[in-house]
Amino acid sequence: MSEITDTLETTLENPVSGIDQSSGNFKYDMTYDFDAGTGLNERTVDYISSVKKEAPWIHDFRQSALKTFFAKPLPTHWATRDLENINFDKIRYYLSQGQKPKRTWAEVPEDIKRTFERLGIPEQERKFLAGVEAQFDSEAAYSNIKEAVSKQGVIFMNSTEALREHPEIFRKYFGKVIPTGDNKFSALNSAVFSGGSFIYVPPGVKVSHPLQAYFRINAENFGQFERTLIICDEGSELTYMEGCTAPKFSTATLHSAVVELVALKGAKIQYITVQNWSSNVFNLVTKRGLAHEEAEIKWIDCNIGSRLTMKYPGVVLKGRKSRGEVISIALANDGQHQDTGAKMVHAADETTSTVVSKSISVGQGRATYRGVVHIPKNLKGCKNNTECDALLINTNSRTDTYPAITVRGDRHAVQHEASVSKVSAEQIFYMQQRGLTEGQAMSLSVNGFINDLARQFPMEYSVELKRLIDLEMEGSVG
Amino acid sequence: MSSLEIKNLHVSTGDKEIVKGVTLTINSGEIHAVMGPNGTGKSTMAKAIAGHPDYVITQGDVLIDGKSILEKESDERAREGIFLAFQYPSEIPGVSIANFMRAALQARMAEGEEIDASAYYKRLYQKMDLLKIDRKFTSRSVNEGFSGGEKKRSEILQMALLEPKFALMDETDSGLDIDALRIVSDGVNSLRGPNLGILLITHYQRLLSYIVPDHVHVMIEGRIVKSGDKSLALELESRGYDWVKQELATA
Repeated sequence: MSEITDTLETTLENPVSGIDQSSGNFKYDMTYDFDAGTGLNERTVDYISSVKKEAPWIHDFRQSALKTFFAKPLPTHWATRDLENINFDKIRYYLSQGQKPKRTWAEVPEDIKRTFERLGIPEQERKFLAGVEAQFDSEAAYSNIKEAVSKQGVIFMNSTEALREHPEIFRKYFGKVIPTGDNKFSALNSAVFSGGSFIYVPPGVKVSHPLQAYFRINAENFGQFERTLIICDEGSELTYMEGCTAPKFSTATLHSAVVELVALKGAKIQYITVQNWSSNVFNLVTKRGLAHEEAEIKWIDCNIGSRLTMKYPGVVLKGRKSRGEVISIALANDGQHQDTGAKMVHAADETTSTVVSKSISVGQGRATYRGVVHIPKNLKGCKNNTECDALLINTNSRTDTYPAITVRGDRHAVQHEASVSKVSAEQIFYMQQRGLTEGQAMSLSVNGFINDLARQFPMEYSVELKRLIDLEMEGSVG
Repeated sequence: MSSLEIKNLHVSTGDKEIVKGVTLTINSGEIHAVMGPNGTGKSTMAKAIAGHPDYVITQGDVLIDGKSILEKESDERAREGIFLAFQYPSEIPGVSIANFMRAALQARMAEGEEIDASAYYKRLYQKMDLLKIDRKFTSRSVNEGFSGGEKKRSEILQMALLEPKFALMDETDSGLDIDALRIVSDGVNSLRGPNLGILLITHYQRLLSYIVPDHVHVMIEGRIVKSGDKSLALELESRGYDWVKQELATA
């Protein structure tokens, strides 16, 4: 709770103005073939900053974030102790151009190959997703999109580029919604971030087609520490899609992204994520949006795979009548832990937030819902509606719900509903009696469970999601 | 022309033997009614034939056209043509009847074959019209919030779409008022034909005045103790099951 309050105070401060522009002649006295190697220290950060030819303020920002990262303990007083298994000294924090991951197709595990096959992913793309090829031929698709939206004045580029080309916008909002010290992993990201998207939508511009990070990210390399910043100016609208349903097979075991959204007065942002990590990955992500007056921020978040995912998309409802929404689906299969939820911080009158979370635990899989809704005493007319439903597939599966709803004052409306259901043996028998195999029956039950949420996904995503669930369920039948 | 042979069937659940040696042959085109008081093993027999995991067949055999189906999983049995109309059908939240049946029909197709969606819907609507079911029905989640009558009608609709060789109808009349009973019976009668054999489980003669059986069997304490034609049902109606029990005791 205190962390959220901190955030709020920070965001309410006047954004930094009067930017130091003396960046032109900045240079580190360092050779470019320096190998960042494994482990993390000040030199690693210097290296990343110098390779990216960054301005001093951002270099300082990184160094100070690194100190925060070292100072902060792991949040194991509330989170899983599995975090202690992350060996920060063994991690490679930055790969320069010459250090792209090298792996041959033969080294890619069979189950990953099979999944690509079943999902019908094109040959070229499979190699890229498996980390065999660093480059994927989507440059063309990306530049087409970029060109199309730039006619409307929309800026869509990677964060590194944006830092160089649009420092005035970047610096004003960067690190404001999620301050460095928000949590240990946001501090880590702030120290070593690389890649991620930057989007600015000018006032009144409604971007008709969803912008897809898929193309942008594929045109570079997988970001382990992506940093995304999206600003929608007054009255503008944007839908952004991140990720894809194909399993990302990664040798890097730690992925820690930070995503900041700013919706200025009357703007609407919808941020859609579908992630399917391989089961060796710790995926620790901080996502938060800041909604000004009458603005709307909606997170649609779907998490499949990974060893541990911790992700609680949030909205700080700063302006009167702003609205925040989190819709999330998490599927935890054997050996996986999905620790997901939402944070809704009401900071103005007549603000509305909605959280709908559905989790599926299969076999030994564990799904945890953590939700925070904060409505302080001095406000009036705030509304929150939280619904979290869990579905258990086998008797060993586990689900926990930790809702924290703090409502002060008596002029608000808050609703919380939670349910846990099981796919019963009778239900499976009923479906099998109609000719479905056990796997097909389970998969249909799961798809039914998330049906009302999946319908809100763009068509191609919901179709892929269904196929993915079919695959996950197929493997779960003993 | 197919046959479903039930040979000396013994079924247990837990340690308890419920069905104690039933022998019965159903041919395509025939309707066999199995009547008997509560708890005599009628439903247990139907579920065991359909392959319910809680019911263990300890002795005997079940054959379709001379081939045993006991080694097969319940879904394989279903695809071979066994349909169980459930007394208490399960709810499947979020899955519409249309999608459920589509998945069931898809499961019957060879790998790589896709169901033709427009042909499927055409057929679905045609069957619904036949059974006088409102089209809105298809978009509702399977059995969720259905009335007793709607659940039974949904079972009949599924039976019409899946076109089984043999339907085991487990107390299809239970929980129905007289209007619903007539609608459901009309549905069953419309599906009656030379390619379908039906095993109709019921307590009451009432259903049998709507669905007229070719054969009537009385089941008591896990055994079929008396068989006859439709007049046996009427006799049971007027004289009660005690009459059969007494006859059994003196025999």
